[in-house]
Amino acid sequence: MSTTLIMGLYVFVLGAFVGWQVLSKVPHLLHTPLMSATNAISGISLVGSLVAAGSDHDVMTTVLGSIAVTAATINVVGGFLITDRMLRMFKKRPEIVR
Amino acid sequence: MTELPIITFALLIAAVLFILSLRGLSNQESARRGNVFGMVGMAIAIGATLTIPGLSPHPLVIAAIVGGGALGGVLAARVGMTQMPELVALLHSFVGLAAVLVGFSVQLHAGPGGGHAIEHVEVFVDVLIGALTCTGSILAFLKLRGSVSGKPMLLPARHLFNLSMLLGSVAMGYLYVDSGALWPLLVGSAIACVLGVHLVAAIGGADMPVVVSMLNSYSGWTAAAAGFMLKNNLLIVTGALVGSSGAILSYIMCKAMNRSIWNVIFGGFGADPPKAAAGAPAAPQGEVQEIDNAGLATTLLESASVVIVPGYGMAVSRAQHAVRELCELLRAKGKLVRFAIHPVAGRLPGHMNVLMAEANVPYDIVLEMDEINDDLPATDVVIVIGANDIVNPAAEDDPTSPIAGMPVLQVWKSKLVVVNKRSRAAGYAGIDNPLFYKPNTKMLFGDAKGAIEKVVTELRARA
Repeated sequence: MSTTLIMGLYVFVLGAFVGWQVLSKVPHLLHTPLMSATNAISGISLVGSLVAAGSDHDVMTTVLGSIAVTAATINVVGGFLITDRMLRMFKKRPEIVR
Repeated sequence: MTELPIITFALLIAAVLFILSLRGLSNQESARRGNVFGMVGMAIAIGATLTIPGLSPHPLVIAAIVGGGALGGVLAARVGMTQMPELVALLHSFVGLAAVLVGFSVQLHAGPGGGHAIEHVEVFVDVLIGALTCTGSILAFLKLRGSVSGKPMLLPARHLFNLSMLLGSVAMGYLYVDSGALWPLLVGSAIACVLGVHLVAAIGGADMPVVVSMLNSYSGWTAAAAGFMLKNNLLIVTGALVGSSGAILSYIMCKAMNRSIWNVIFGGFGADPPKAAAGAPAAPQGEVQEIDNAGLATTLLESASVVIVPGYGMAVSRAQHAVRELCELLRAKGKLVRFAIHPVAGRLPGHMNVLMAEANVPYDIVLEMDEINDDLPATDVVIVIGANDIVNPAAEDDPTSPIAGMPVLQVWKSKLVVVNKRSRAAGYAGIDNPLFYKPNTKMLFGDAKGAIEKVVTELRARA
């Protein structure tokens, strides 16, 4: 029981540290795409929602789980696609010539 | 949840892909690839979860995936770049909502009094952070959309109110952990909902970039809390990654305004300055010099180097395409045209960069404050479009100014500054700006889009 929690904390601290290291030098240019992409990634709670909605079939749990799944899926799909749309717009100089 | 080793392994790969995704996103050249890594990681994670033995998704759940996916796709395809801040805020609220619902279904599954104390702590933390993120983000969404006034709501005893809500939720947490009953969880989440609204309500429009990045961070912590609750390491590591990424952005935003995060959250900045400015009209006021569209066109034709400073006003007026045309025309005449972006310009970190990219401005002439400030004294004309605080010399000269010490674009050091502002109404933009009264400043009044379009027409006519 408590070993699961300690393992979880272990993973959590290392994860936060890796995030901090990887992102300490992000150009301002990429702040918005970074935000929408991380938002999509935090839609990983979709996985949690799926487990919650699928682990048994009492009506209340399924309904709550399904709403959670809907919200998380919007997040994942919307977030990744909008990030891609934004990143496609960033272009270097030659393309401005008409 | 018993997992097959292969599923655990797949989830590990997904976690690695998310790290690679963030790494990719921290560099322009690799950003798109980074996003693709994220998508692949997500697909693996979902696929692996769906194959967990004993997990047979209800048809309703499948419908939810299909429906949610379609909705997300439509949203992503339709939303305008000007509305990005609202969209991001709205998406944050979904993460919070999902966490709250999952928390409640875990509680319902365990039944009243079921489960261990540690599990109760995890459920409680998950639901609380989720509820706070959800209502806070919804209010941020409404504020950014303009449905709710951007002015900060400052209750007289707001710190006391926050403190009592904090104590109230700790008490509920104690009761819930002790008993495992449903009601303290419900009351606790209700308190968190109110707290989320109250925290965001107290923050003014100018501080929205910090709020949005803070909510971004919360959405990550929420996912991590859900991971603890469900004993899912992938959720924990991913949540931690996103949480710290949002925290870094908030930190960068605060540094750009020379303020601490506590000052932003509890300071209620954004409402007081206009009152202070109105109460003390002893500011270095003087005559404002005007310039018209034709005059600006002439000036631009005579100059060799131009810097454009876009602000939130440009976004509101959707003037980015007109600005790009102006930029192209001038560049075609051999002039050096660059953009200067302040870190907190707009309502979302990096919002101006996205708008310029949408208008097809190449990103290598869009510079950050630190890159361009040294070049400003040698610049012939600086055009400020819909920006105010970020070019305010009071930040450097006047220690009593509310924005004293905030790093700003030193546009007044250039040979000529042209400020486009919607109206001449005094105090319109909050803090009084001595820039408007400088001898080398000229004002171009009018809506940004219309004003810039007229300058473009004027330039075309003379070509």
